[in-house]
Amino acid sequence: MTPRLTIGPNQYFWSAKKKIDFYNRIADEAPVDTVYLGEVVCSKRQPFFDDHLPEVAERLQRGGKTVVVCGLAEVMLKRERKASEALVETADLWEIEVNNAAALLHMGGKAHRVGQFMNVYNPETMRHLSARGATHFCVPAELPGESVALMADEAAKLGVGLEVQVFGRASLATSARCYHARAHGRTKDNCQFVCEEDADGMPLDTRDGQSFLRVNGIQTLSHSYVNLVAEAPDMARMGVSDLRLMPQDVDMVAVARCFADVAKGAIDGTEAEARLDAMSLEPPFSNGFWYGEAGHRRIAAKAAALH
Amino acid sequence: MEDTTHPHPSAGHSALSGRFDLSGLRVPLLPLQPVLYRIVRRVARLHPELFERLGPHQRTDFVIDLTDLPLALHLRPYPPALVMRAVRKDRLPKHQARIAGDTLTLLRLLDAEVDGDAIFFSRDLVISGDTEAVVTLRNALDDVEGSIAEDVASIFGAPGRKALQKLRNMADEPSN
Amino acid sequence: MITGELVCPAGTPASLRTAVDAGADSVYCGFQNATNARNFPGLNFTPQELEKAVKYAHDKGSWVLLALNTYPPAGKFQLWKEAADLGAKLGVDAFIVADMGVAEYIAQTHPQVRLHLSVQAAAASPDAICYYVREFSVKRIVLPRILTIPEIREIKKEIPCEIETFIFGNHGLMVEGRCSLTNYATGLSTNMDGVCSPAHLVEYVRDAEDNLSTRLGDYTIDRFGPQESAGYPTICKGRYCNSAQPDGYYAFEEPISLNLSRLLPELIDAGVTAFKIEGRQRSRAYVKKVVRSFRKAVDDIRAGRDPSLADLVALTEGQKQSEGAFQTKKWR
Repeated sequence: MTPRLTIGPNQYFWSAKKKIDFYNRIADEAPVDTVYLGEVVCSKRQPFFDDHLPEVAERLQRGGKTVVVCGLAEVMLKRERKASEALVETADLWEIEVNNAAALLHMGGKAHRVGQFMNVYNPETMRHLSARGATHFCVPAELPGESVALMADEAAKLGVGLEVQVFGRASLATSARCYHARAHGRTKDNCQFVCEEDADGMPLDTRDGQSFLRVNGIQTLSHSYVNLVAEAPDMARMGVSDLRLMPQDVDMVAVARCFADVAKGAIDGTEAEARLDAMSLEPPFSNGFWYGEAGHRRIAAKAAALH
Repeated sequence: MEDTTHPHPSAGHSALSGRFDLSGLRVPLLPLQPVLYRIVRRVARLHPELFERLGPHQRTDFVIDLTDLPLALHLRPYPPALVMRAVRKDRLPKHQARIAGDTLTLLRLLDAEVDGDAIFFSRDLVISGDTEAVVTLRNALDDVEGSIAEDVASIFGAPGRKALQKLRNMADEPSN
Repeated sequence: MITGELVCPAGTPASLRTAVDAGADSVYCGFQNATNARNFPGLNFTPQELEKAVKYAHDKGSWVLLALNTYPPAGKFQLWKEAADLGAKLGVDAFIVADMGVAEYIAQTHPQVRLHLSVQAAAASPDAICYYVREFSVKRIVLPRILTIPEIREIKKEIPCEIETFIFGNHGLMVEGRCSLTNYATGLSTNMDGVCSPAHLVEYVRDAEDNLSTRLGDYTIDRFGPQESAGYPTICKGRYCNSAQPDGYYAFEEPISLNLSRLLPELIDAGVTAFKIEGRQRSRAYVKKVVRSFRKAVDDIRAGRDPSLADLVALTEGQKQSEGAFQTKKWR
């Protein structure tokens, strides 16, 4: 089976205009099947794009894309709890992806997707959630390939989707504290949306000058972009149903085309890897998590083939 | 492992080193060896669980650098072939892990009288090489109830216990 | 119901006995494998040791809480099942769990044993907590260290289970159970392997000027000048650089320890049942000192006296302490 391609939720705080332009181009040009919308990282950012969400969704649907609206990874404050309940209410309008257990309380068996922040590491958890309406699971970025293979088997048995992030920075941590605000001597309540200055995250380099992490508000991301294009054919054989591309501030249409060519078998993994390398993106690529190695590492796919 | 780091000379916060810094002296080590071997054998007999807890690090070579004394100890806590001997600081044997500190700090660590983390954070203890080996040793020592130092001192009967008490009194007095 | 139950760390059998003797109402501990979040070398319990430990604690009227608070990756779930079965057989008083699959297994297989929801589950709202209570009959929630006391009070009004909060020890910054920083640097996972900055990949490097660099895997987590006290290289306690802070800064948090001794009466009043002391990786000496001090403080409060506390500062990382998020949300 050819896996579907998806554009994961945009984790950064881009201006509404930048976001609308981005999604319009995805709608018109990117060979992807599904686009995830909605703010996942910070509830303070929600109002800025929510008003535009219906028109963007409609444009994407006109472009033949399935739209899924995502919920917050962190639910603690009143407004976040309300947002999480409201998300469940919209499950009749469009598909939703849950990223915090708070939303599950109100689900009442409605169909929903389960996102990367929900920590679905094993078939037992998958079965529990599937029995309560979950139809589709995106596994954590750190889950190694050999576990993903077993999850794909279980997903096939349950008749649910299984999605793996194959491109973009890996989310490594979230916090109650905003590290963007902290870097600028502010608090979360008084952040003045300083995270908007860093469209691809704020660098954290070691004191030796080595690039290491990226801060995106309350979230900490990898410096490297996960790139599992060479592993995509293996994933297809395992039965992974969806490959997730996380939006970065780069030419995502070109990235999507490369993955689409691999998914449909037009080019092999090696050629696809060479094409992405030729884009000369600023951060290095990594695939260590897939092989159960340090996440930042890039391991030659052929030498480390799983099967 | 090549170990070129040397303890900071300003270790004046220890009562012992504050009074008698013996680290520059040359002492004959040979007479110490049978005593040290007796000590480690006794500890192994009294506390087998300590060695079990070390797991794979039974075969690790540790150097314990007593910064206020003119010698270091070489420890290999592998029960079938225990090694504990005094070595010269300028001729350290091949080792994977090194712990440096003054005698009293190490004595207190040995008896879990003070938190290893707390000592390390205040820099009284310096670790290099295989950090896991050192952490394992520390955690294993921590599981020993009673006092290893007293077990050891009692080998030497009343004079041994007296000497230990003297050391401890020095540690308790405020240093200058 | 006891209020102000003291829940104390036990990294080894000896520290479990120390904690019980020092006045712990409960001790928490784990097996020597990936099933708990402090899977550190030389720590934790063999099945035989746990059996003895449960007997020792029960004889003195203390509870033993078994941490099974990691996330089993597909293919390894059996290890968590076996740990749960063993714990139930040995008579532990509660399991501390994070993974939904593990929670469901225990709720179905060992319904007679209490389930506590670990801080690793990151349930920070009444909604999330109520879900776990409804689905797995969770009896107690260990709250993340990110809530203010008024927020804890509000949560308590809406949930049908007990609350446990951390009062002392390492100050967690990242949402627990959602942190892959260690795995990114080392290939070992906090969630799946129970490790955080594994010691065998930690290195202390000293330069000619006596500066000390702490390294984890391929990354320098921090560098300390000759007079600075050094910390263990956990990524979230390191110093990093960027254009806003070119000279290096604590991007996440200064190395301080949580100490809520002053807030105990308020926490009890807010509806907190149990107080947790962090530090299964710390020494018996630490356990003894901290448990004794808090035992006395809780007893003072129960007797209507002002709690007086021994100075615990020397035991805290980097010698500084904080009330973290509990006092003010400005911390965020």
